[in-house]
Amino acid sequence: MKLRSFFSTAVSAIVIAAPAVAQTQIDFWHAFTGRLGDLVAEQVAAFNAGQSDYVVVANNKGNYSETLNAGIAAFRADEQPDILMVFEVGTATMMAAKGAIKPVYQVMADAGAAFDPDAFIGAVKGYYTSTEGEMLSLPFNSSTPVLWVNRDALKAAGIDPDTDLSTWQKVGAVLDQLKAAGHTCPLTTAWQSWIHLENLSAYHNVPFATKDNGFGGLDTELVLNGPVQVAHIQAMGDWARDGKFVYKGRRNEGGADFRAGTCALFTESSAGYAGIKTEAQFDFAVRPLPYWEGVAGAPQNTIIGGASLWVMAGQTPEEYKGVAAFLNFLSSPEIQAKWHQDTGYLPITATAADLTRAQGFYDANPGTDIAVEQMTANVPTGNSKGLRLGSFDQIRSIIDEELEAVWAGDKTAQAALDSAVERGNELLRRFEAANR
Amino acid sequence: MEKRVSFKGVLLPLLLVLPQLVVTAVFFFYPAGQAIWQSLFIPDPFGLSMQWVGLGNFDYLLSNRYYRASFATTAVFSILVTSVSMGVALFLAVLADRLIRGSGVYRTLLIWPYAVAPAVAGVLWMFMFNTRVGVVTWYLGLLGYDWNHVLNEGEAMGLVVAASAWGRISYNFLFFLAGLQAIPRSVIEAAAIDGARFWTRFRTMVFPLLSPTTFFLLVVNIVYAFFETFGVIHTITSGGPQQATTILVYKVYADGFVGQDLGSSSAQSVILLVLVSLLTVVQFRFIERRVHY
Repeated sequence: MKLRSFFSTAVSAIVIAAPAVAQTQIDFWHAFTGRLGDLVAEQVAAFNAGQSDYVVVANNKGNYSETLNAGIAAFRADEQPDILMVFEVGTATMMAAKGAIKPVYQVMADAGAAFDPDAFIGAVKGYYTSTEGEMLSLPFNSSTPVLWVNRDALKAAGIDPDTDLSTWQKVGAVLDQLKAAGHTCPLTTAWQSWIHLENLSAYHNVPFATKDNGFGGLDTELVLNGPVQVAHIQAMGDWARDGKFVYKGRRNEGGADFRAGTCALFTESSAGYAGIKTEAQFDFAVRPLPYWEGVAGAPQNTIIGGASLWVMAGQTPEEYKGVAAFLNFLSSPEIQAKWHQDTGYLPITATAADLTRAQGFYDANPGTDIAVEQMTANVPTGNSKGLRLGSFDQIRSIIDEELEAVWAGDKTAQAALDSAVERGNELLRRFEAANR
Repeated sequence: MEKRVSFKGVLLPLLLVLPQLVVTAVFFFYPAGQAIWQSLFIPDPFGLSMQWVGLGNFDYLLSNRYYRASFATTAVFSILVTSVSMGVALFLAVLADRLIRGSGVYRTLLIWPYAVAPAVAGVLWMFMFNTRVGVVTWYLGLLGYDWNHVLNEGEAMGLVVAASAWGRISYNFLFFLAGLQAIPRSVIEAAAIDGARFWTRFRTMVFPLLSPTTFFLLVVNIVYAFFETFGVIHTITSGGPQQATTILVYKVYADGFVGQDLGSSSAQSVILLVLVSLLTVVQFRFIERRVHY
């Protein structure tokens, strides 16, 4: 009985799979699990159902770092997938690997596919294009940091929940009031380097690294110890000492505290929306990321975090045609608008944003368009186009370590950032040597 | 005179040890050789090119004060893990050895944690001491102690030591108990009749007679603390806060897998290989002399 049912299942599986023999298989490795993983599977299923020439097979390969490593290991064994998802900090690594990737603009041109890179939002596109303006990888999920507010916590402390929180000066005053009212966690953050140094620099139009933040060449050096950054980190350090800023961890550990209602203010990615909306048992609001009043050029625009899709080298022309079709499908307005509304990630094309507005999503969910506005407010400058640094994942670890020294009161902001620059530059020189 | 069993000829003995040799060659000599070879280059992650740097990677590492600090961290961590896990295990084994009724249950319960993988043990301890939902953190808060291993370096070290030593106590306990039970009762009883109290008996007879077991466990536990605690560190602290819990093995991982700096990572593996070889030689030459078999 059991055996028979096994065989009938096997036979039906073969029957169902039979038409697939004629299809070209496109392997797609990504880093999403849980709800995001389901949404990706949905996109892939829609693509597969919509045409019969190609079949995309999506596989999760762990978190961002693990997915990148799986791709690298596979390339070394000549088993690489057609499409690999790589987080934004791995961009320089992928760009430097000239023989391992096939740039997206070239994939599109070879396949003769209609593709307009200008359809993408400038701040998103800029991160993944070369200095010649050629798009190297396809933006997939992009978000930008915003300020999340627990309105009930403000009310409980006797603060007007609609109070202006646009500048750090004003946020500082609110933190004083929250502290005075006995609040134990006035402010916390996720992704400290990304928000409080990388985005801080772009938002105030000051460089994070020389050579246009690394876009101009591998001989870039960190300059994140400038006066704007030092002043901000020192202010945060002072707040940490006074119990107004509470450090929860290097990743997004603070998210659980905010969603549980423990913390009043929270700087986190706009993509935190889905989780906060489902879990928060309080009235919340989303505000633009604060800036320091008095810094010339602020607020400029914030930069993105997230991942893009890289096409790997060494595949057949037929597969590349399928890749082009799939990437075009992913950037279509309908798919992008749905992705944006489901996840809180940015709509990466202007048409997807327009479609979302036309569907009435922003009216029904106030504040969800703030991230888009914050990123598109100004034309990106050399300081706010993005970052392109080798060994960047490790540089972030160094920054995490140095910032922890500030939060613990062991170092001043100046000493910690000087040390981060010195240690990070060593890694940049090694990356330069490896990719000479 | 010692009696030895010997085989005639060369072929049969060679054939018999061949499987072991093959396993060692494939899983140890080959990768170790690769690591030594790669440590002389700065390769790019994709294996597209390699820059010969000779001993440049070693020079880079040893002149880096954060790497040198990692040696001290590793030493503190290994000594703590080894002494805590062996000390507690010995204490429990002595108690279990004196137990007559219910000793089977007691022993079985004590052995369970050994079945828990380091990464899982790490997650368990992380939850107990989580700054937001941790049970222990909550009770410590009631006592007025603000536990925060996310920023406090000492607390972070204490936590990873506890989590690493915990699973190891079972293993050490088993060996200590077996060692204790191998000591002839008559010797102990004779001493007791002569008026030696428990502590005197333990110090002058039991502990010296237990020394082969202790020595074996010392070697095994130090190797454990060096190499197998990766899961605990990775799940609880990821090497932080600052670099308080970045032990050498964790740095190999961070540089190789997070930083894709395979040259530096390989050089660190080689340094680690040398270090552990030296440590083992020292243990066998100097400590083993004091062991009575």
